Order: sequence, then C-alpha cells, then structure tokens
Amino acid sequence: MKIEKKDVEYIAELARLEVSEYEKEMFTEQLSHILNYVKVLEELNTEDISPTFHVFPIKNVFRSDQVKESLSREEVLKNAPGQEKGFFKVPRVIE
Amino acid sequence: MNLYQLKIHEAHELIRDRKVSSEELLLSVLARVEDVEGIVQGFVTVTGDYALKKARETDQKIDRGQKVGPLTGIPFALKDNMCSKDILTTCSSKILKNFVPPYNAEVFDRLEEQGAVLVGKTNMDEFAMGSSTENSGYFSTRNPWDPARVPGGSSGGSAAVVAADEVPFALGSDTGGSIRQPASYCGVVGMKPTYGRVSRYGLIAFASSLDQIGPLTRDVRDCALVMNAICGQDPKDSTSAPVEVPDYSSFIGKPVKGIRMGIAEEYFSLGINDEVRKIVEKAIARLDSLGMGKVELSLPHTSYALPAYYLVSPAEASSNLARYDGIRYGFRYEDSESLLETYKKTRSVGFGTEVKRRIMLGTYALSSGYYDAYYLKAQKVRTLIKSDFDQAFEKCDVIVTPTAPTVSFRTGEKVRDPLQMYLNDVFTIPVSMSGLPAISIPCGFIKGLPVGLQIIGKPFDEGTILQVAAAFEESMPFEDMKPGFGSYAKGGA
Repeated sequence: MKIEKKDVEYIAELARLEVSEYEKEMFTEQLSHILNYVKVLEELNTEDISPTFHVFPIKNVFRSDQVKESLSREEVLKNAPGQEKGFFKVPRVIE
Repeated sequence: MNLYQLKIHEAHELIRDRKVSSEELLLSVLARVEDVEGIVQGFVTVTGDYALKKARETDQKIDRGQKVGPLTGIPFALKDNMCSKDILTTCSSKILKNFVPPYNAEVFDRLEEQGAVLVGKTNMDEFAMGSSTENSGYFSTRNPWDPARVPGGSSGGSAAVVAADEVPFALGSDTGGSIRQPASYCGVVGMKPTYGRVSRYGLIAFASSLDQIGPLTRDVRDCALVMNAICGQDPKDSTSAPVEVPDYSSFIGKPVKGIRMGIAEEYFSLGINDEVRKIVEKAIARLDSLGMGKVELSLPHTSYALPAYYLVSPAEASSNLARYDGIRYGFRYEDSESLLETYKKTRSVGFGTEVKRRIMLGTYALSSGYYDAYYLKAQKVRTLIKSDFDQAFEKCDVIVTPTAPTVSFRTGEKVRDPLQMYLNDVFTIPVSMSGLPAISIPCGFIKGLPVGLQIIGKPFDEGTILQVAAAFEESMPFEDMKPGFGSYAKGGA
C-alpha cells in the first residue's frame, strides 16, 4: 500500500492533528513502510474466521443501581486549562 | 548489606521483627535514589515527603500493634501512567505535564492498603508507546548495566529503578511486552498477568483490549507477593475477571517435576541473536534436568502477531487518545482562534512523534474503506494466534521462550527506524494478543548484559508460571550479579 502526502493530510485532519511539512514527508514514508510490512497478513485466509475483539469475552457486567459518591465539581474542574462559573471554558464556537 | 538492597521478603522480616522501621528502610532507599538517579534517570517524580509521611504512619500503626503484612512499610514505585491522587501523573507526555489526578488507580489503593510506601513515579515511553523509554516526552532512562544502552520499554523507568536498587519493587504496564522486555534488558523479574487479572481502573489507557498492569521485582518470590496484593476483580473495571486468586506464594519452592514445558520452534528464529539463543537453550536444558518434560511444538502464526498488533494497538490508541483535546485537563495551546484550532494545536504540540505516528496509523486502519482490510483483518488474525496457543496448551503446561531476540541496544541506535524498534517485541506480542500471562526472568548474561527467559502460561494460571520461574531461579541464581553502571561507576570516567 502506497501512502501519499494527500492521504497523510486527510488522516491528520481526521485525527485532529496539525502536521508540519517535515512531518508530512516523514509520515508518508514511514506509514507506507509500515503498511507494506503489515501486508503480510494477506497471506492468511481468514474468510471463515471470526474476529477476536476481546480475549475473554465478558458480556453485560451489571451492578446494582445505587447512587454512590462521585467526584465533586471542584475536583473535576481542578485540571481544566480554562473554567468559569463551574463549567469548562472553551474558545468561541459560534461565529 | 545496605537496607536499600533488600528484597521485599527480606525487608519484611526485619520490619515484622521490629529490627528496622519503615522510616529507616525508606531513608536508605531515598539516599540510594539521591546517589544513582543522576545516572539512571528512572523517575519523573520522586515523592520523598509523601513517602516519609506514609512511612511514619505505617510505623505508628505497627507500634499500635497492627499486623505487619508482606508489603507493610515496603517502598515502591509506580509507572507514571497510573493515577495517584494529588501527585503529578504525566504518562511521560507533555500533554499531561501538569495533570494531578483527583483519584487513585485501583492498584495504588490496594498497595497503600497493605502499607506499602510510594517513593515515586517512573519514566516511560510516552503513553507506553515504545520499547526503549527514548520516546519519553522528558528524558531517556539509562540501563544500569551499561548507561550507554536503553533499559527497554515502555516500563523502562520501573525496570531500571528496580535493577539499580532504588526501590525493592515497581509496577509497570504491558501492552505488547512493556513489562517483560525491559525486565529482560535490566535483569529483573517482570510479570504480565492474564488480561483481566488486575484492575485497569486509573491506568491511563493505551490499547484497552491489551493493557495489563504487573510487577517488576528482584526475585520470583517478591513477584508472587506483589501479585497477591494487586490481583482480583474490581467492580470499577468491568473487564476485570471474576476468577478466584490463589495465594501465589504457595507456588514458590514446589517441585516442577512432571510439569510439561512446550518449546516452539518459531521462537528460535525470527531475528534472534545466536548468543541469546544459546543461553535460552541452556536454560531450557536446566529446566529439563529438574524433571520437566519437554514437548516440541509449533505456533505457526507467530510471525503474523507483530503486524496484526501494529494495526490493533494503534487503532485502539487513536480512539483512546481522542480525549486529549485541551479542554478538561492537561496542556492546552492557548493562542488559537477557534475550538477546532485549539484541538489541533494542542494535540500537535502536546504529543511526541511516536504517539502521532501511532494515532495516524490507527486512524488510517479504522477509516472508511480500510476498516475491513486492516483492522478487521488483524482482529481475525488475532483469533488464529490465540488458537495456536489454545492447541499448544493441550499438550503442555507452560511454554518457554526467549523474552527478546537481543540484549539491550545502544541509545539512539533504533530511533530513526520505527519498524526496527517494533521488532524488539516479536516474542512478547503474540502472548499479549492472546491475553495470556507470562513472566521474564534473568537466565544469563552476554558481555555483562542480561538475557531474559519468558515463561508463558495458560489463562489465569500465573501460579504454575511462578512455580517454574522460582525453580529455575533457585537452580541458576544471578543474585550476586549487580549492575555496574558502566563508565559511571566509581573510578571510571
């Protein structure tokens, strides 16, 4: 699989990353290299194989619906880079 | 013998018999940290004052007659991806450079309940992505056996501080080999428990279907003691397994006669260094001489595990790391015009190159049009890798392999070629992909650098692994081997 610069730009956009020209070139080369390496998986016929998303499938783990103490608003906001009146503060969203 | 050199079980006896206080032990440990940390650079944060407070509390409890448990008063370190309330937790990333968690990881709570004393948070590859600790957003950790070489990774800080006698034990986390490979490179014992054995609550996520916390210690007996403290289901982690935990110490010292040892041919090729192969073969002969039967077997999909892992783990990482957007915690790039720009600039400045590379790779593998070809394909291959092990374990009880294909390499040697770096984990990744437990223990040296032996077990059968590891350690001890700090040692350059 050959990755091109425009692919890197598209993936970076999806991943919400801003990449420099230098990084674009580096990632184009390295991702091509890695994807070329993983191509070896195509050797295996997996048509009738089901995927393993989790090694020991545990399903529907329930707990009783009891209210327990959670973090205080103050503790939750403690690490926020911006906060105001008990809320997270973000740059303007509406133009 | 200095107090800081004691293993957990040795220090425990002295504390129990009131010959040494928790504070005395801690002061010796802190002095050792002061002495060698300039060379090792294994800690991101040393929590000296916090530790002193905790050690004194522990001593007071002992004075009042509280029972002294195996970890009571024992100093330890946590990898810096495990949350510690009111103590900086950075994941060795610039994006979390100021993150002070409002809660504790479950493992930290469990260790503190036992009276263990946190000495610091250890350096790692950023977000646990790497095999050398060179990807730390802050600094590289050095291998105590030769400071020009890497300690392995991603739990390189935890392995190095245990090897350098800075703490009796540390916790690491293992996604594709991140406990076992640094244990191998640093000549210590490192165990990755079965997926689900240890709660991941408060472990900063990398690849959630693979991540598992485990101990790094100086011997197998100590490993069992730490396992006893951290294993077991936790309601706060829905993937933690409802499986009973045995007393792991009870497996230490039991004879291994009759335990069937599987040897898989695939683990003696795939770029393995000749001398490493010879040392591991010698170790296998030793286990054989202890009465373990040898079963030759094949795990035919072994070589496919690495490529499958490098699709599955970046995919999970790209999803897990979406949360770092500069809004709720961590670093924010302030000077931007819009919310979207805040996200992008925060992530671009905050993440290091390897993290970005994996986010990109994972995003690609999950993106529309490529999901089936990459991500789904890799998860199907994972089924094949796992069923190799399922079949093998019908014929044997443990599988014995080298932990890594080489000894520690020189700092800077592999940073330019990501794929070369990934190949260090070729023998640990198949185990991770299958969720199995495994240990790495020292089994020999090449020119003063440690070689690790990997013992893989059946799901939730850590006991048998520890039994075999302890028997090997007893028959071939390396206890008098201590790292020399290379040219940094006294009298050197």
